[in-house]
Amino acid sequence: MSEHQISVTVNGRPLHGQVESRVSLGDFLRIDGGYTGVHLGCEHGVCGACTVIVDGKAVRSCLMLAVQADGSDVTTAEGLAEPDGTLHPVQQTMREEHALQCGFCTPGVVMTLAALTAGDARPTEEALIGALSGHICRCTGYQGIRRAAKRLAADAGARAGEVA
Amino acid sequence: MNAPEFGATGIGAARYIGQRVLRKEDPRLLTGRGQFVDDIALPGMLHVAFARSPIARGRILSIDTTAARELEGVHAVFLHADLSKQKIELLSFFLMPIEVPVTLLADGRVAYVGDPIALIIADSRHIAEDAAALVEVEYAEEDPVVTIADARTGAPVHPTTEHNISQEMGDEEIDEDLDAALNGAAHQITHHVTHQRISQSPMETRGVVASRDGPEELTLYITCQSPTNIARWMSMALGLPQTAIRVIAKDVGGSFGLKNTPWKEETATVVAALLYGRPLKWIEDRYENLTAANQAREAEMTLRIGFDKDGKLLASHSDYSSNNGAYPQGADANVAVQMFLWGAYKIPAFGFLTRGWYSNTIGLAAYRGPWAMESLARETALDTAARQMGIDPIELRRRNLLTLKEQPAASVMGLPLEDITPAECLEKLLAYFDVAAFRREQAEARKAGRYLGLGIAAYIEPTGSAGSMPVMTGELAQLRIEPTGQVTALMSTHSQGHGTATTMAQVIADRLGVAYEDVTVFEGDSSRGGFSPGAAGSRQGVIGGGAAIKASDLLASKVKELAAHLLNASPETITITDGMIHVSGAPEMSRSLRSIAEIAYGEPARLPEGFEAGLEAQYRYTPPPMTFTSAAHACTVEVDVDTGFVKILRWISSEDCGTVINPAVVEGQIAGGLAQAIGTVLLEDFHYDARGNPTTVTYKDYLLPQISDIPTFEFVHANTPSQSVGGMRGVGEGGAIIGPPTLVNAITDALAPFGEVPVNLPLTPAKLLSVIEGRDIAGTGAGTAASHAPAPVEVAVAEAPVAAVAAPVPAASTSVDGDWQITMVPPMGPPQEMTAHFATDGTALSGYLESPEGRQEFTGSYDGGKVKFELKVEKPMKITLKYDLTVDGDVISGKVKLGMLGSAKLTGTRIV
Repeated sequence: MSEHQISVTVNGRPLHGQVESRVSLGDFLRIDGGYTGVHLGCEHGVCGACTVIVDGKAVRSCLMLAVQADGSDVTTAEGLAEPDGTLHPVQQTMREEHALQCGFCTPGVVMTLAALTAGDARPTEEALIGALSGHICRCTGYQGIRRAAKRLAADAGARAGEVA
Repeated sequence: MNAPEFGATGIGAARYIGQRVLRKEDPRLLTGRGQFVDDIALPGMLHVAFARSPIARGRILSIDTTAARELEGVHAVFLHADLSKQKIELLSFFLMPIEVPVTLLADGRVAYVGDPIALIIADSRHIAEDAAALVEVEYAEEDPVVTIADARTGAPVHPTTEHNISQEMGDEEIDEDLDAALNGAAHQITHHVTHQRISQSPMETRGVVASRDGPEELTLYITCQSPTNIARWMSMALGLPQTAIRVIAKDVGGSFGLKNTPWKEETATVVAALLYGRPLKWIEDRYENLTAANQAREAEMTLRIGFDKDGKLLASHSDYSSNNGAYPQGADANVAVQMFLWGAYKIPAFGFLTRGWYSNTIGLAAYRGPWAMESLARETALDTAARQMGIDPIELRRRNLLTLKEQPAASVMGLPLEDITPAECLEKLLAYFDVAAFRREQAEARKAGRYLGLGIAAYIEPTGSAGSMPVMTGELAQLRIEPTGQVTALMSTHSQGHGTATTMAQVIADRLGVAYEDVTVFEGDSSRGGFSPGAAGSRQGVIGGGAAIKASDLLASKVKELAAHLLNASPETITITDGMIHVSGAPEMSRSLRSIAEIAYGEPARLPEGFEAGLEAQYRYTPPPMTFTSAAHACTVEVDVDTGFVKILRWISSEDCGTVINPAVVEGQIAGGLAQAIGTVLLEDFHYDARGNPTTVTYKDYLLPQISDIPTFEFVHANTPSQSVGGMRGVGEGGAIIGPPTLVNAITDALAPFGEVPVNLPLTPAKLLSVIEGRDIAGTGAGTAASHAPAPVEVAVAEAPVAAVAAPVPAASTSVDGDWQITMVPPMGPPQEMTAHFATDGTALSGYLESPEGRQEFTGSYDGGKVKFELKVEKPMKITLKYDLTVDGDVISGKVKLGMLGSAKLTGTRIV
């Protein structure tokens, strides 16, 4: 198995490693980087729990090889909140809407919503729900996740403005 | 919310109970700082993977591990003989031995695809999996028993059993009077329900990190439903009473019944860690979770119901079978299905036969509402009956549900009912949801070729069980007000997403009179908190909440006693509000809780005489044995008759879960259960082919509900406080129990113009199109008579002793007089040996049965080789045993009826 020296930036900090080509980005972040907020729920690209942001895009880290991420800028759930602990608007909205129970799928949901609402981007509620259909939550019945998506969407009106 | 008065205790008003407060668990989980089992890494830790059987059944001819051992990075390859160096006995959830021998790794035979054969220890999981693929096994493959129908006729799965019945209760032949009542009823229906196999599918799969810390200490990180229960289970299973076992499970990514007790792989990893002396980690991947973790639900039921001319229930008989797989976590026949089937309804006569069957599939485990089949069968049967009788399904329920005014009462199975409210929940549901308006909309839509349907269902659910079974205990709350004035609680509760750190803190803050922010709840570590079976049976809110109330009250009394002493006031004048201590009528005397706490710990000289220093209290609360939750649900759907797709339009829950601690948590539990119900009815289907190969081994094949499949649920809270302390009722499982019949009824209502929809879950588009188009599109025989063809009725092997009974009795039947060696095979437990003595005088019979437990005398009758007598016993319950035996020479055989426990077979020989 060939091994490769790679470097990525994770949450603004460097992470270097020597990895086999078969190692997924998710395993690299968890095992080499200690970013255990990256949760591997199915390892075949269905559940979405392992979603991280790679160069601005939400990516399933179980389907991307670590070597493919060489030189990339990666954000995980650990890197979203402010250094003082203030939650990211997506995290705060999900907390207020009781959008999680066991919390295993949660980092992936957070990262997809954060990627799609980054900067000035304001997708429609329909677009956000469409994206969230790539995340499996076995606990909540999606009620709070749907409410959070509504508040974060472009068509949420004044309430979304308050949150952002 | 319906928070009841707790009495004038001098504590501030209920400010937190009933509030939608933010969860304490969420900040760490939202920021990726949760601690799940795979997040644990210990120094020197190695990784485990398993080589597994690719066939469902067969003998192992040879195992070659040479190549696996030679792979760089592999430390050890363990087989059954290696792990056998450690004594181990797997136990059921009830901490009882498993009915058939279960080994951690295959002992010469494999019994299901995925059965673990070899355990590999390696530097990394990657290498361990590489090595697993190099283990070479030769098999003599045998034909597997896969379905319940296979199990009825196929060769026994286990060499140690005579047939594939893992447990049987009830009457093998329907009682004559019951049969007559059913046949004589003005309206009769026979309703068949088939439930598919379900994977619990917690998002965090099973996993364990096991570390032997010297010969006397074992530390486990394991994803589970109760760390203290795992510690108890491991101690008993391993027989290591002198080893301190600490179990830690801070965050658990869902469980839903799967993680009640460890099973083969978790235990094998623990044993391997003991033997190898290095910390070991095994994390189940999703493929393993879908092919080797225990599963649930696969069952079928035939339900007969007789109604009078007005639609009132007269009699019912239920025949239930469940596929228990090869190694169920307790080989039971799910008698709870029968117990709760008619629990909420008035019905004078009921009988049942209930059986669990072994097969060459993954073993049965619990899943949210393990007895849920009863509500599915009953509520769908009632709708079918309503259509046949021309009675509105709501009216049919009104005529038969037990109302609050009619209680106390007992169900037909003897359940004591004092405060169940399904009828009242139904009325509150109907006050909220305008059925007449929906019927008009439905009629209009049908004119336009659109098919809408309404489903309604009602049920009760036993929650908060304690005291009736040894493992189902109360809960312990240990509280202390720290010298800082902050409150720390060690709770025996455990969250797999339930939010008990939040709800218990709400209760404690409320009852102590402190800020919610000042209460911290610790759980998830067997070294903290007392024994509890954990999240099993919708019990933690009820029992943990009661414990938190009682412990808080004890602690508040202590604070008041000390404050009164220090402030020279009487305890009755002291109140605690927002962490401040007040003396009524003397606002200038107010003190912070912290100032009192500092004295309680640090200045013993200032304490009242006999006052225990510090501010600590604990209480173990044991509630009434059972607390019932009730609900009625409605949902509306549109079925696309071109595609067979179901769109859920609305879903309304009207439930009575007593005092609500946190509505967001309660609604979250109901919604989660309903989403699983929708998956059960429309999507999820764990499937095996005829050779026992699982064919749904990824989430691309085993379909879980997505956000787009689930509607927004509407909640009508119809709460009445229960009789437990605090008035809570459990709410963890209800959605998964009441959800399936509600949705099935909506679909069958929508498609009523096309005929009855067979209740054969899941109701896939192909199955619905089969009904809509009147032809078998799904290939299941759906909509045709064939799908209801009765399965073979009797077990082949079971006929052997019966055949002996049926054999022609010799003309000159030998006498029964004398002593006999008799073996009884009861529905549960091992065969029982006894001796019998008979003496006849004409047709009068007398004698006794003798076993190690003692001798019991009887009288009865003897006529032409037929021996009949009765015995009354007190244990395990008051029942009359009715013996019906036949003598043929020196052989005696027949059966004994054990009341509601069913019947047992007897065989015996004359002692010469």
